[in-house]
Amino acid sequence: MAEVSNSNKNIELVSADHVIEEGDTSVDEKKNDVELEEKPKEIHNPSDAPLALTEKVKIDILLKATADAPIMKRKKWAVDPCKKIGWIIEFIRRYLKLDPSESLFLYVNQAFAPSPDQEVRNLYECFGADGKLVLHYAKTQAWG
Amino acid sequence: MAEDREVMREVWDGRLPVCFRLSVEEVNTVQQPDPFYLMVPRLTYFPLVTDKVQRHFSRHISEPDQGAEMWLDYDGQPIKWHYPVGLLFDLYGLGSQLPWNLTVHFKNFPEEELVHCPSRAAIESHFMATIKEADFLKHRGMVISAMQKKDHNQLWLGLQNDKFDQFWAINRKLMEHTNDELFKYIPYRLYQPDMPYIQRLVRPLSEKGENTTLLDLLHVSLPKFSKEDILDNVQIVAHGIKPPMDTPLQWMSEHLSYPDNFLHLCIHQT
Repeated sequence: MAEVSNSNKNIELVSADHVIEEGDTSVDEKKNDVELEEKPKEIHNPSDAPLALTEKVKIDILLKATADAPIMKRKKWAVDPCKKIGWIIEFIRRYLKLDPSESLFLYVNQAFAPSPDQEVRNLYECFGADGKLVLHYAKTQAWG
Repeated sequence: MAEDREVMREVWDGRLPVCFRLSVEEVNTVQQPDPFYLMVPRLTYFPLVTDKVQRHFSRHISEPDQGAEMWLDYDGQPIKWHYPVGLLFDLYGLGSQLPWNLTVHFKNFPEEELVHCPSRAAIESHFMATIKEADFLKHRGMVISAMQKKDHNQLWLGLQNDKFDQFWAINRKLMEHTNDELFKYIPYRLYQPDMPYIQRLVRPLSEKGENTTLLDLLHVSLPKFSKEDILDNVQIVAHGIKPPMDTPLQWMSEHLSYPDNFLHLCIHQT
């Protein structure tokens, strides 16, 4: 899966909380293969959102470390709604520079691990709150 | 809780005849391997029933491939092991002749389309995670988290060993609703070939207090289409049947959910 997403040069995870410092952080961002974009509008009423898969409104996700996992310097990211959970796991792995032998687990509601082929959008619509989806990550199985 | 036991039993007993054939390019012996036939429970996952298939064909493939992970395709479409068998057939195979003809591969694992299945434990954790997700939608996770580890095991073993009573003795608690309180939301996923599945929040009761139906679920999931458009153009298939559009969602969730506690519904255009 890593190879797949790597082949796509423009990694579309973008920082959601660094709108103001466009100029200076973009250099820093490049190091992490991340493009900077404006903070997306929050979808206040998910059920009103159109179905179109080409929809460009990004979803805010909050990545929180749990147990012994290293903390990410930047926790809040805006992500394309069509991205799969497997892709986010790969992103975190690369961000944390994890060794291929190390595991990474991702959880919703501090309870269940979403399927790697689940779309972020489905999780946001069902489990998002206050305009964002909170995902916890751990290097060992934290729940279940 | 679910009352129509006959319906649950009928759903549980659903079987699909499947014919497995080794991919022609991968045959490494002079003698062509025979196809392998299985009656597969619709509610199970392929890796729980294909050990024999793997052994049968492993004698006919080249040595370096013998430890490789087996994967399946139907008519060029790679088959996801983490979808229940019945869902896969309703999604891709509907209308095809029986037995369902699947091709077995050991080479060229389609990394972009399939998730690896490293072990039986991986199937179990996927299954349990899906049940937990469903319980978060139905009961805010209260029922599943109140269960003991042995209850979780019993759900898994019931499915794995195809034991209806063993499974339902525990599953009934997950399907329970107390007094007049129905599920908070209906756990469902809506599938179309070549499209990611859709999952949204749908309640079993409308604001007016009426039962919501399959048609309501489709209307929430496909907001671009009017109910009339949906009635004119869409059919839903689950467990090989086409439930009527006015079927109440609470009843569907209790009786037509897969063992992972989700309704897996396939859209077919009429």
